[in-house]
Amino acid sequence: MDFDLMFTSFPKLLGATVVTLKLLSASLFFGLIIGLLFAILRLNKNIFINKFAYGYSYLFRGTPLLVQIFIIYFGLGQIEYLRSSFLWVILKEPYWCAIIAFTLNTGAYTSEILRSAFQTIKPGIIEAGKSLGISNKIIFYKIQIPIAIRQSLPAYGNEIILMMKGTSLASTVTLMDLTGVAKYIISTTFKPIEVFIVAGGIYLFMTFIIHNFIKYLEKKYSFSQ
Amino acid sequence: MELLAFGKTGWGDELFYATLMTIAVSVTAMFIGFFFALIFTPLKLSKFKSLNLIGNFYTTVIRGVPELLVIYLFFFGGSGAIMYVASIFGYLEYIEINAFITGSMAIGIISGAYSTEVFRGAIQSIDKGQFEAAKVLGINKFTQFYKIILPQMLRLAIPNLSNVWQITLKDTSLISVTGLVEIMRQSYIAAGSTRDPLFFYCFAAILYLMLTYISMKIINRLEIKYSRGY
Repeated sequence: MDFDLMFTSFPKLLGATVVTLKLLSASLFFGLIIGLLFAILRLNKNIFINKFAYGYSYLFRGTPLLVQIFIIYFGLGQIEYLRSSFLWVILKEPYWCAIIAFTLNTGAYTSEILRSAFQTIKPGIIEAGKSLGISNKIIFYKIQIPIAIRQSLPAYGNEIILMMKGTSLASTVTLMDLTGVAKYIISTTFKPIEVFIVAGGIYLFMTFIIHNFIKYLEKKYSFSQ
Repeated sequence: MELLAFGKTGWGDELFYATLMTIAVSVTAMFIGFFFALIFTPLKLSKFKSLNLIGNFYTTVIRGVPELLVIYLFFFGGSGAIMYVASIFGYLEYIEINAFITGSMAIGIISGAYSTEVFRGAIQSIDKGQFEAAKVLGINKFTQFYKIILPQMLRLAIPNLSNVWQITLKDTSLISVTGLVEIMRQSYIAAGSTRDPLFFYCFAAILYLMLTYISMKIINRLEIKYSRGY
């Protein structure tokens, strides 16, 4: 055990954790919006809209995240039209490519989680709202969405942790996130175990925080059924 | 389409073998995972606190740390660890373990953590009366487990194990960083030499979709088979 290396690499890895957290928070934020949008599309009665939303989630849940990042980072640059458009400012940066890939990926999973949450809402609750003369729009925004969010908290907590682990793939497109820096230190010192313990410890700590935060939210917003 | 031709002109046969490699790694990893699950599930369900701790440590660490980091640990640390063990026995030559074994081990250990959770959940949801009835009838522990608990557990575990299989299948793409030529690595090579990454990565995505689709169909059949009588 090389404890010196563990001490010297800790601050470097902690600095890289900031990159990981930035990637995570950005992709979760945009992913939640996309997820909610596609969950609503999934509940649409129009078969084309429905199938489109299903196709999106199937495509992104059926392929590895690595493929998705590579298509966006290496693949999209090949299209001449994109290269000359304003989008190129974003797409030439590995940072934004990673965020786009993570967003689309987590959006697909989130849409499934929210959809099943919407579907488990008891019809009685909606009927009660209707019989009180509340408009459909308000029923949706003030009754269905809050209940669905509460229902989906445990599953969404898992998704946050999965996404946090997913951000490690940013290191494959030259980003120096926690895993990227860990790999760099490993390949220069050839001390994999020490670096794994420190980097793994940081990841576990984040998992622990997320897990407990979600538990706290679950408790705070729990309602007796 | 010429890019996918078989033989020397295209990448069709290379990608075909790469797909077989992905399947081989996934299946091996899944079995290694079952092996780990069979060890760690009893530990998690044990009455002894210290054994519980070992089981929980395994599943918590593996499920809380990115797969890529675990793969790097095995890739960079694997041969070092083997050489260290070998040196105890007096063997001092350089040993290199091949990428297939390293990769399947790494993915297998990850998949094992998920399988352990699935098995634990399945065993816990079997009615206590089943254990008691077997005991009363004087059935020995071995027969009890294989003829009574296991068949019931499988029925409950298959839907969740199918999720584990999907995760394992997708995780194998990460082994490409170690240089094992599976779908992702082969696409990377092909994309590099033809300068057509968009086509090859999209084709890789289609291959993965195909694999997940076919395996879902097979698993659905298994599910029907094991839920006979319910």
